Order: sequence, then structure tokens, then C-alpha cells
Amino acid sequence: MAENEVVETEEIEEIPDIEANFDPTACDEICEQYKDWKGATIPVLQKTQDAYGYLFPALVERIAENMNMSPHTIYGVITFYAQFYTKPRGKYIIRVCRGTACHVQGSGRISEIVGEEFQIKDGETCKDLLFTLEEVSCIGACGLAPVIMINNKTYGNLKPEDARKIFKDYATNLPEA
Amino acid sequence: MKEYSTDHVEVHVCMGTAGVATGGMEVMEALNEEFAKHGLLNAESKERNCEAKQTGCRGLCARDVLIDVYAPNKGSVTYEHVTAEMVPTIVQEHLVDGNIVEKWAAKKDYFQFYDKQKRYVLHDCGKVDPESLEDYVRLGGYDAIKKAITMKPEEVIEEVKKSGLRGRGGGGFPTGLKWTFCRNSPTDDHKYLICNADEGDPGAFMDRSIIEGNPHAVIEGMLIAGYAIGCDEGYIYCRAEYPLAIERVIKAIKDAEDAGYLGKGVFGSDFNFKLKLKEGAGAFVCGEETALIASIEGERGMPRPRPPFPAVKGLWQKPSNVNNVETFANLPLILLEGSEWYAGIGTEKSKGTKIFAISGKVKSTGLVEVPMGITVRELIFDVGGGIPKKRKFKAVQLGGPSGGCLTPDHLETPIDYDSLIAAGAMMGSGGVVVMDETNCMVNVAQFFLTFTQRESCGKCIPCRIGTKTMLNILDRITTGGGREGDIELLQKVGEDIKTSSLCGLGQTAPNPVLTTIKYFRDEYEAHIYDKKCPSRECAELVEFVVINERCKKCGLCKKACPVDAIYWEKKEFAIIDQEKCVKCRECIVNCPFNAID
Repeated sequence: MAENEVVETEEIEEIPDIEANFDPTACDEICEQYKDWKGATIPVLQKTQDAYGYLFPALVERIAENMNMSPHTIYGVITFYAQFYTKPRGKYIIRVCRGTACHVQGSGRISEIVGEEFQIKDGETCKDLLFTLEEVSCIGACGLAPVIMINNKTYGNLKPEDARKIFKDYATNLPEA
Repeated sequence: MKEYSTDHVEVHVCMGTAGVATGGMEVMEALNEEFAKHGLLNAESKERNCEAKQTGCRGLCARDVLIDVYAPNKGSVTYEHVTAEMVPTIVQEHLVDGNIVEKWAAKKDYFQFYDKQKRYVLHDCGKVDPESLEDYVRLGGYDAIKKAITMKPEEVIEEVKKSGLRGRGGGGFPTGLKWTFCRNSPTDDHKYLICNADEGDPGAFMDRSIIEGNPHAVIEGMLIAGYAIGCDEGYIYCRAEYPLAIERVIKAIKDAEDAGYLGKGVFGSDFNFKLKLKEGAGAFVCGEETALIASIEGERGMPRPRPPFPAVKGLWQKPSNVNNVETFANLPLILLEGSEWYAGIGTEKSKGTKIFAISGKVKSTGLVEVPMGITVRELIFDVGGGIPKKRKFKAVQLGGPSGGCLTPDHLETPIDYDSLIAAGAMMGSGGVVVMDETNCMVNVAQFFLTFTQRESCGKCIPCRIGTKTMLNILDRITTGGGREGDIELLQKVGEDIKTSSLCGLGQTAPNPVLTTIKYFRDEYEAHIYDKKCPSRECAELVEFVVINERCKKCGLCKKACPVDAIYWEKKEFAIIDQEKCVKCRECIVNCPFNAID
């Protein structure tokens, strides 16, 4: 199958190391751990994604082989759920809550500011792989609306320009992720 | 319910999501440091022996970090907006010298939030350490399941039926009746019990708060239901966006297993119950029970046609019963206090209490538990404290993307399942989002439809294509392209989607649009015919000019403008440079006189 594939080399910028030098050990271990589970597809995908960062083709094929499923079935699951990723993601994931409470408190503007600062839209990652913007439906911290999360840290009661300061701060200081 | 008491000094720190986000962890650390410094840790005298304890949400998230100081035989003192820097003073003055730090202590307005609440399900939330099984047991935990196993399963179901408990996930189906279907469903081996913790409604955080604050109550509720129905295996399906809730459930399940409360022979009976956590992967539709089941099976979480209902053919084709987190959390209470006591709370057809998450344009945002039958006015103005910034109340959105908006005319509507449906909204899972005069109702409708459209799984055509069509119409209305007949078209398409969609998502998706048309038709008309947004929220329909008659020359707009597009000198009207203006609305939000139009 791979032999017949036409690869347009111009489009590929640089294959990330984790994909180029794919080491299936962790993937095999995870699949082994879940081999007696019923309906293990989702937890296996979650665990492998945690281990590798995102679900690239070689990895998905390996999972399919291990679980005795076809890759297309697995892709069917991956593309259905918002939290599976097939592309590399940034070091800092900016989650802008777009729940109702945040919406009425003006969170739309905060998403725009992320765009202004890093030139990315919802679901996109900037080229230097530092920031990914994710608009999420509700973080569940409506009492602090509008709310954003950068990785696991939550920032609440944000004014748009405060948010900009926080983003600038991350971009210049690059704190440990 | 046991009144909370302690034999030493306990300082409870809110460590729910909101508490942690506002610095709860740092407050905990600071407390422990100060205790050590003053020799209060494990002190011999019980008046001096201090312990910092993490607890779940006690409701008023807007004032986090909240801490409660419990002293033996002295009741409690609450401090609000606590930061780590305040801790040394609180420890020195309150715990060492014995004087309450009045300037930071919660005042009357804090307690008003609780006046009309009846916190039964949430009674121990904010008092119990969610990561400690012993603490839950000390407050009477797992007594209800001990009582249940001395009864026949049918008697337990009868008790739940008599209590009048209805499903808290939104539908309001009588819980006892649902159980009977599953109990009577024949099977050759397993029956499954599923706890729906896939709380996807934007603006709702009841289930998260219960799980984070008192996970063992949910597990106990599931044990009771499992025993009554005859299930031997259970799943808690929790959405992945709630990492703290997931962490605490996993710990709670493990602790309960180690203590022998879960597993083979629960409390010495012949009832076996195994419990597992399944983490969602980000799909709103999985809150629908058949989609949730598909997701647990490891497939795309798409709904299946009913019948057959899950009670007949559910998880892995076996009879299954799905209930919501809050429904389970009610069960220990019903068993211990009795169905008669429970049925005494609420209205004729809606019994008990309901937990709501109040947010939006309201002073006291947070988690509240009120008896069924309380009016919308009491909920928003007495419990929620009313609208901030002296603005006017315009609408309240109940029931999330499936629900509807109510207006000032509905303030006296009692909150129960049937009255809300009659008024055009629904109980839903319990999200209450309050809106003031600066919120545009067409924009709100568009917001909800954007959400449901994105979350539509695509299996059935009315939902997949229909919601997209409605969204296109709304998009053009809010950007100045609205046409005559658009309102009627929205209504027609909306009704069609409601009658022909496969699952609850599609059947209810048009509701926010239909109710806003019903109650705020004039706003739609202003957008379509006058190309104006009366609330000035749809930026494309706002000109961004200063109305000199209203401008008080204060200069706040200039300060707010991020692109320096506003010219203003002392004692002069502000002027907006249209070339520079990016229509970000910051000036509108910050102008106290509504002078920008």
C-alpha cells in the first residue's frame, strides 16, 4: 500500500522526530495492558496519545495491528472525538472556554486576541510548535467566566487585555510546560 | 444528615476547580506552613490542634478561595477571597490570638446566598474531604447502602418510587419506574448500571462539583441502584474535560474497593458490584444515553434508534440502566431520611431539590441547591443576588443548548419540570445563565446553534443539514444580510428538525432559536429590517460612533481602546477614528452611559 502512495514532498515541512524515528515499544505495552478489556479502543487511543503526543499514521497502523482491527475503524473513532489529534500540537495548549457563561462575558474577544498574537485559529498550532488554540465548549468554571486554561493552569475573570499580557508573558518567558 | 462537628480545629479550603484556579493550593500550603511555625500541627490541646483540609465546592465560586474555620463547639467562620498572603494574619489573629479577622470574614451578603437554599444533596460538599473515605464514613456515609441490603430489592425500588424522584439529567423521567423496566428485563448473565457524568451543556457544572466534592455519595448511590435493579457491573462515564473529577473518582473507587464496599459480597450480603471509570474523549452527543453506550463500547459515540431501549438492550446488548450523577447522589438521602420526608420537599409533581449552576450576568455565580417550586425571581435575585452594574435583567437561559430563554414576564414561574416546559424552557441538567440588557438574544441563539451544529454527530439528516441551514440564516441576520421571511423560515425548519431528528440533541437543538423568536421577535426584526443590533453586541451592525447627547466626556472609552482609535481630551466629546477601529466592542463594554452606537 505504501509503495503506491504519491507523496507531495513540498507540502511536508519537517517530519517531527517522534514520527520519523517511531519506536513502537510504548504503544505495544499499552495495547498489551488492555488486551482483555471490552471496548478498549478509546482508552488505548488516549494512553498512546499521551505517550506520543498525537496519533500519526504509523502509530495508528500499529495500534490497529495490535488490536486486530482495521485502521479505518480506528480512524473512524479518532475523527469522531474532539480530543484525538492527528497533527503535532504546541508546547502550550491555550484552551479558551466558549461556554455560555464565558460567551456572555465576552470570551469571543479572547480567542481573537490569541489569533492576533500568534496567527492561529481554533484547532491550529503555530509553526514553531509553541502554541495551540482550542476553543472548548465548557471548562465548567463558569463562576470565573471568562476563563482560559494554558495547559493545566486556569486563568479566570479575564479582561481581554489581561489575557494578551498572559500570552505575551508565555511567549517571552517560555515557562516549563 | 449529621450536623458537622469536629474535635479539633479544622480549616476547610475550597479545592474544587474554581478553588484551585484561584489559588487554593497555595492557600493550603501557606496554612500548613503557618501551623508548623506556630506549633499548631498535632498540638495536644484540641483547641490548638489545627488541620488544613481540602474540601469540594461549597457554592459561591465567585468569592473563591473560600475557607471555613471550624473550632470544636464553636461553629464556623468563613473567610472569602483568601490569598496565600492573607494566611499569616488569619492564623496569627484568629487561631493563635482567638480574634476573628473581621475585615475578611464573610458578611451578611455572603449568607444571603444560602438563605433560600436547601442544601441536602450538597450537605457534605464543602465539609467532607473528597479524597478521604474515612471522612465520608464519619459523616454517615455508606449507611444508606447498609440499610438497603437489609431490604428486598423491590422494596428499595418502591421506596424510590414513593419519593417521587425524577431523573436529574434533564428528561425528568421517574427514576423508580426506569429501574423497574431494567429489573424486569430478562437476561442470561449481566445487567449494567451506568452513571452519566458526561456533563456537556455549556454553563453547567453541577455534576462536576458533586463528583469533585463528594465522590463517595455517587458511588453509594450507584450501589443502591445496582442492588435494586440487579446489576453487578457499573460504569461512570465522565467527560475528559474534568481532570480533577476523574482523579477523585478513580481514588474513591479504589478506596471503596480496598475497604470491601465494592466488589464481591458488599457488606456481607450476596450482592456483588464492580465499578469502572470510563473517560470520554470530547463529544457532546455522548450525553445521550444510547450514544454514551456506544462510546463505552469503544465506538463512535452515535445514538441508536430507540426502541429497543437500553433497559432491554443496552451496553453490549444487555439490559442497562443509565442515570445522571445528581440522581445517584439523591439516593442515599432518600434511603436514610425516608421517601416520605423526601416527598415533602418540592411541588406535587417535582419532588426534592434541584442543583443549579448559576452564571452569567449575576452577582453570586456559583452552585446552588434549591427546593423544586422556587420561583425564577427567587433563584436569580434572592439566591443569585441580582444583576451587577445596576443593569436590567433581560433573560435567563435554562436547560443549555436544549432549553430556552425566559423573560422578565416569567420571573414568577415556579421551577419544576412541568412549569418550565409550559413556559418554553426546560429543567435540563441545571445550567442557569443570566443575561442583561447588553446581551443580544439573536447572538445568544446563534451561539447555541453554533454549538449544537458543531456537536451534531451527523447520523441523521434533519439534525446534520437542518441545524446548518438554521445557522446560515442566523449568521446572515447577525451580519446585516437578513431577509424578509427569515424568521418564518427559521421557525419552519426548527419545527421540522424537532419532529424528525433521531435523538435528543436534534429534537431540542432548535429550542433556543424558537424561544428567542417567541419572546424577542422585535430584536430579530431590528436586525433584519433596520440592520441594527439593539444590544450592540453584533459588531457588524454597530457603527461605532459616539452619541454626543449621551457622552459625559469621561474618557473611559479612550482608556479601554486597545488600538488607540479614540480621541479624547478633558472636557471634550470622544471621537472614534473609523480607520483605526477594529470593532472589538471594548469601548461599548466600558462606557457607563451607553453613548457608543
